[in-house]
Amino acid sequence: MARVVGVDLPVNKRVEIGLTYIYGIGRSRSNSILREAQISPNTRVRDLDEAQLGRIRSVIEGQGDVEGDLRKRVQMDIKRLMDIGCYRGLRHRRGLPARGQRTHTNARTRKGPRRATVAKKKAPGKK
Amino acid sequence: MARSVKKGPFIDDFVQKAVDRIRQSGNRPPAIKTWSRRSTISPDMVGLTFGVHNGKRHIPVYVTENMVGHKLGEFSPTRTFKGHSGTKAEKSSKPAR
Repeated sequence: MARVVGVDLPVNKRVEIGLTYIYGIGRSRSNSILREAQISPNTRVRDLDEAQLGRIRSVIEGQGDVEGDLRKRVQMDIKRLMDIGCYRGLRHRRGLPARGQRTHTNARTRKGPRRATVAKKKAPGKK
Repeated sequence: MARSVKKGPFIDDFVQKAVDRIRQSGNRPPAIKTWSRRSTISPDMVGLTFGVHNGKRHIPVYVTENMVGHKLGEFSPTRTFKGHSGTKAEKSSKPAR
């Protein structure tokens, strides 16, 4: 069992892949970490010894935010946009796409599941 | 793609001049009316109020430190969304800005 920066413990995979289970680390950052720690990306996570794990930890720490800290920073960035009342902030408040995408169709990731459309002809009486 | 750093932030000349004039004279008008939505907010604009045109009227924008680096136009919405016909007032209960 390998535990790096708090919570993550992927085993049986190559380290290169295993590290990407950490929030904020993808394939390219994973590789750069391993290069700096001088560990082959092909070694399995379970084959790492304590010294190697220690090197990985210190490299990650030296590189900046991951996991909780990173999530917090992203949240703060979004909060800032909302607080200053700029266009992107307004879009975040409304849960709509913030980068000028079309919303006529699509945009389902931001808008969530489709809401049932009101029955068209009956609407005036119902109001 | 982001703007090249080499060029520096873009601010329309007349906006910059208006800011400088107010900075020097000390007396500040209620709002600097401007149509220049494309100008970047620079640190020396903090504390001033701009009336940023949204195509119809000048929206007062009080510049705070957090806004530096954004454009004036970002704070002056150009569209009004009144909601769809038939939908109930679920959306409009939110504070609209």
